Amino acid sequence: MAESQQHLQAAVLQIADDHLILGHRLSEWCGHAPMLEEDLSMPNMALDLIGQARHLYAYAAVLEGKGRSEDDLAYLRTDREYTNCLMVERGNTDFAHTMLKQLYFAAFMKPFWSFVENSSDSTLSSIAGKAVKEISYHIRHCGEWVIRLGDGTDESAQRMQQAVDALHPYTEELFWCDDHRQACIDDGVLPAEHVVRPQWQTTINAVFDQARLSTPEVTFPLLGGREGKHTEEFGFLLAELQYMQRAYPGAQW
Amino acid sequence: MYSQGLLGANTETEETPEFLAAFQARIDREEKIEPNDPMPAAYRKTLIRMISQHAHSEIVGMLPEGNWITRAPTLRRKVALLAKVQDEGGHGLYLYSAAETLGVSREQLTEELLSGKAKYSSIFNYPTPTWADIGAIGWLVDGAAIMNQVPLCRCSYGPYARAMIRVCKEESFHQRQGYELISSLAEGTEEQKAMAQDALNRWWWPSLMMFGPSDTDSQHSDQSMAWKIKRFTNDELRQKFVDATVPQAELIGLTMPDENLRWNETKNNGQGGYDFGEIDWDEFWQVVKGHGMMNKDRINARRKAWDDGAWVREAALAHAEKQSNAKTAAKTAA
Ligand SMILES: [Fe+2]
Ligand SMILES: [Fe+2]
Ligand SMILES: [Fe+2]
Repeated sequence: MAESQQHLQAAVLQIADDHLILGHRLSEWCGHAPMLEEDLSMPNMALDLIGQARHLYAYAAVLEGKGRSEDDLAYLRTDREYTNCLMVERGNTDFAHTMLKQLYFAAFMKPFWSFVENSSDSTLSSIAGKAVKEISYHIRHCGEWVIRLGDGTDESAQRMQQAVDALHPYTEELFWCDDHRQACIDDGVLPAEHVVRPQWQTTINAVFDQARLSTPEVTFPLLGGREGKHTEEFGFLLAELQYMQRAYPGAQW
Repeated sequence: MYSQGLLGANTETEETPEFLAAFQARIDREEKIEPNDPMPAAYRKTLIRMISQHAHSEIVGMLPEGNWITRAPTLRRKVALLAKVQDEGGHGLYLYSAAETLGVSREQLTEELLSGKAKYSSIFNYPTPTWADIGAIGWLVDGAAIMNQVPLCRCSYGPYARAMIRVCKEESFHQRQGYELISSLAEGTEEQKAMAQDALNRWWWPSLMMFGPSDTDSQHSDQSMAWKIKRFTNDELRQKFVDATVPQAELIGLTMPDENLRWNETKNNGQGGYDFGEIDWDEFWQVVKGHGMMNKDRINARRKAWDDGAWVREAALAHAEKQSNAKTAAKTAA
């Protein structure tokens, strides 16, 4: 495959992995939410994310041209071959961590998809058209929760700030740019950091301001996922995700 | 006692013979009873029991299937299962709302579920050890639920009837999806076929139990039929379910785990139907009384979700209060 296509395939796979793993984590809540309304909203958002992951994997498989399917890519790679950012694989911990993780990610994806919607790659721009509407809802829903919890009770404020302290060091990886990403930026297919970061920052600042949350200073960003270097809990996530495909190789479901 | 929970309305009705006769006449004319209409206390109580048990079943029913969301074998199946479990949560929500029209709050009903006082469908006290159970639940459990619920779309109580119309559409989609899932296992490898048969073996009898005790032993049936809350007896519905489901199993090469199952031409007024074996009512009552494999796990899971979520619900209330105080203050200042 042509070099630019190889870069695009790798970059699409990063985004696909982000969506699958974040959606998978969110789906762990299903049936265990703090209230029935959230037992509807969280699966709703998980469905958006996994739905987007499917389109992205399908496209990555086409770009790769080896006859692999979306499921081959989603289920049959080793842990070092997944290139999601670390934040999305972190455990749910509590509702504050979960809502914040979703907000950080959605606040990044909104300007990302808005750019891609008008980019030169027609497959990606059609995925983006739907995704940008879905992700706007995620920002609103999760942002409202971050505000409620940050400016709720003493306990919720404390939990919310703890979530910020724990997760903020992972946000830098959202902006990670390797050779693959850079090639796509140069081709005008994906947005450069200066396009997405200001909007991400504006969204986060607006929410944190109302939520009375402070942003910790990050001296050492936590990175590694984009190079396939994952946390310890990621192996357990894959063990669950891949269980059926590994136990019954080649079966159709 | 339920009237205490009613949101301000006076539900005290003097149940004179004239009132009861007039009420029955409305029912007989197929008029819908609406939330603000006078109704006998026993009618209200029966409906609260039925609707809340149904709502709890939807919510507890999210657990056995939710058990497989993170292990679904393909992305297509993962999305379908997640959407299905979410639908069940939605059914729970409509049904709690329908129950609230009778004067009980969702919170009160939730407490009754968590304390073990309220019942829910015993089927959800069986475990889902394999992926084929997801197919078996959709096909059999949603299938049995539809048999029970289609007649409830004509229930005399308006809000319940209307909720059931929405719910039944989704349940029949779940049933078809479950049957498609188990069919693809039945057409698959030997291992997959064995998995499907094993799931059918475990779910068939509990599905038959979903229709409740035999008519000779059911305490609630007669009055509920007269009030047109129920339209068919437990045994009638069970027979319909057997007759609809046995050919579906045959079609995909699975065998019902019942050696006494056979076609009987004379059944159903000569239209024919299946004779089937004796249900193990001892198992049924043991599970109803809380001794099934998953009874404690189910309630513990619901209680954990509720307790772990308490701080979230408190925060939401506290925040809403701050917001409304701020608004009031702004108005006063202006
Ligand atoms: Fe349901
Ligand atoms: Fe149901
Ligand atoms: Fe269902």
